[in-house]
Amino acid sequence: MRKGKFGKFGGQFVPEGLMGPLMELEEAYRCLSVQEVFRNDLSAYLSSYAGRETPLTFCANVSRDLGFRLYLKREDLVHGGSHKLNNTLGQALLARHMGKTRLIAETGAGQHGVATAIAGAVLGLSVDVYMGEVDIVRQRLNVFRMELMGARVIPVRSGTRTLKDAINEALRDWVARSADTHYLIGSVVGPHPFPLMVREFQSVIGRETRWQVQEAEGRLPDTLIACVGGGSNAIGLFHEFLQDEVRLIGVEAGGKGIGTGDHGASCCAGSPGVLHGALSYLLQDSDGQICPTHSIAAGLDYPGVGPEHSMLHDMERVEYVPVTDDEVLRAFSYLSKKEGIIPALESAHAIAQAMKMAGTVPRDHVVVVNLSGRGDKDVAQVAGMEGGA
Amino acid sequence: MTRLSDLFRTIGRPVLIGFTVAGDPDYESGIGIAKTIIGAGADILELGVPFTDPVADGPVIQKAHGRALSGGATTDRLFSTVREIRKSSDVPIVLLVYYNIIYRRGVGEFCREAAAAGIDGILAVDLPPEESEEMERHLGQHCIDRISIVTPGTSDERMKMIAGHTSGFLYLTTLLGVTGARERLAKESRELVRRAGKHSDLPLCVGFGISRPEHVREIVSTGAQGVIVGSAIVSRIEGHLDNVAAMNEDIREYVKTLRDAIGN
Repeated sequence: MRKGKFGKFGGQFVPEGLMGPLMELEEAYRCLSVQEVFRNDLSAYLSSYAGRETPLTFCANVSRDLGFRLYLKREDLVHGGSHKLNNTLGQALLARHMGKTRLIAETGAGQHGVATAIAGAVLGLSVDVYMGEVDIVRQRLNVFRMELMGARVIPVRSGTRTLKDAINEALRDWVARSADTHYLIGSVVGPHPFPLMVREFQSVIGRETRWQVQEAEGRLPDTLIACVGGGSNAIGLFHEFLQDEVRLIGVEAGGKGIGTGDHGASCCAGSPGVLHGALSYLLQDSDGQICPTHSIAAGLDYPGVGPEHSMLHDMERVEYVPVTDDEVLRAFSYLSKKEGIIPALESAHAIAQAMKMAGTVPRDHVVVVNLSGRGDKDVAQVAGMEGGA
Repeated sequence: MTRLSDLFRTIGRPVLIGFTVAGDPDYESGIGIAKTIIGAGADILELGVPFTDPVADGPVIQKAHGRALSGGATTDRLFSTVREIRKSSDVPIVLLVYYNIIYRRGVGEFCREAAAAGIDGILAVDLPPEESEEMERHLGQHCIDRISIVTPGTSDERMKMIAGHTSGFLYLTTLLGVTGARERLAKESRELVRRAGKHSDLPLCVGFGISRPEHVREIVSTGAQGVIVGSAIVSRIEGHLDNVAAMNEDIREYVKTLRDAIGN
């Protein structure tokens, strides 16, 4: 495999001004990630600060209802409310070792921004978070949380004013200030080494799941399900199981339906192209212009997907399927009522896919859904929609 | 011999390179503006290719990309823009383009159409030499020059490597977003020209947020063979969106002033 490539995908498609910072990062990551002191540091933060390991919860009520054995990997219980902190603690520690004093990040739903604010606060690094104006409106609570923890939230008014444009602004910032700044990308997207590095930090999800399922069921799971925007929680869960006979399903944002064009399903409905430094599946028109996207979940409202997912899609190792906003809303309230767990709208995509499996698999079929985040941030949005309906 | 190498070999003075985004603010006006820039004395026309996510550009040029796309810009229209300009002008035309536009068209097909339309050089902003094997093969096949950017952050070793993958000219630019004292920019550009000159025999053209005649003279005094003016022209489009005649007049006057500053 060529450097930074996943099959033909990935790479470093960036302006010359970013090559220096990327090479510096690549070198630092290569050296530090194998050092015991760095690994010990990170694992101490993950256990005593972030709250790892996270439980694997057997859902008795849902299992009875759907007719198979459903487990949730409880990333919603990670400090901050999502899996994002696994990555931000790793990268922030790396940045501190590199002598950087400032972190920048992009955020869509606000979860990655919050996780970066947390890591910055605890590790003593200043934090600037780029966030699209549209997302700021729909995720007010997370904006307040970031600010409370000392981060500055910078509204992005260019382009579609969502996650994609927040990444553009963060990249521009990094070109100008890489001397003191680390760009802490929140998903398995962007130029090498980000997709590799973020996957490594998130793989803790799959490693824990593996022994937890073994302990509970005495065997590996039959099916793993995770939502896919950029795809970090999904890769984090899937990567440990790629060599096993386990069915892997990545759930993309079907929005108002694939046929309407209002969605964020890059693998299901996109084509290969270059955006944000990597070759991957993209939602684009016939000229290569990037399409506007839609999802009820701000964290999945992105026209691309990580290069490793793009490869796994081409290999047909992972099945990528869309679920619609309406199905997501049903899953959101279903899990809340059945199990007393409110999922993030992003994670509710994976729940919705699990619900579709009712009646299609035997009773002893073991399914693990990555509950990548908790839904508190979405309660106001959903209440508003139901009020308006 | 390409138009670009001919120009640098024969001109005997530094060149002025004028930039605009193709199709900004719309297809017809975009062609007019390009012709105005050439008519006012630009030696090379640099055309930005509209893209939804121009991540290497500052706010002024980002808006130009947005205007062009709203104005109906397509890849077909890009090539017809060039064909229209070629009807009345023989100046070298260089594209500044994000790689996805090329990739989506098909690298070979894009280069073939570009050459047929009369394009002389292509600068793929987000395609470093490490990723450009296929592109270079096709550019070579169609005798299109491959322009590359180097910045103050580019190491000496890397500069040598990049120069080896470049023809036409080397585009020297400062880091995007770096604002601050003009003196610092001048010092930085002098240093960059010196370093690039050590590692390459290519003509060196500098684009450093140049907006005034004295900036042009400053760059010329560094020994650079070319001065690139972008945002300052594009902001004159933005300033006259309601009056195309005034827009062209303003751009003509402005480019003339810059051309005069280069001297003969």
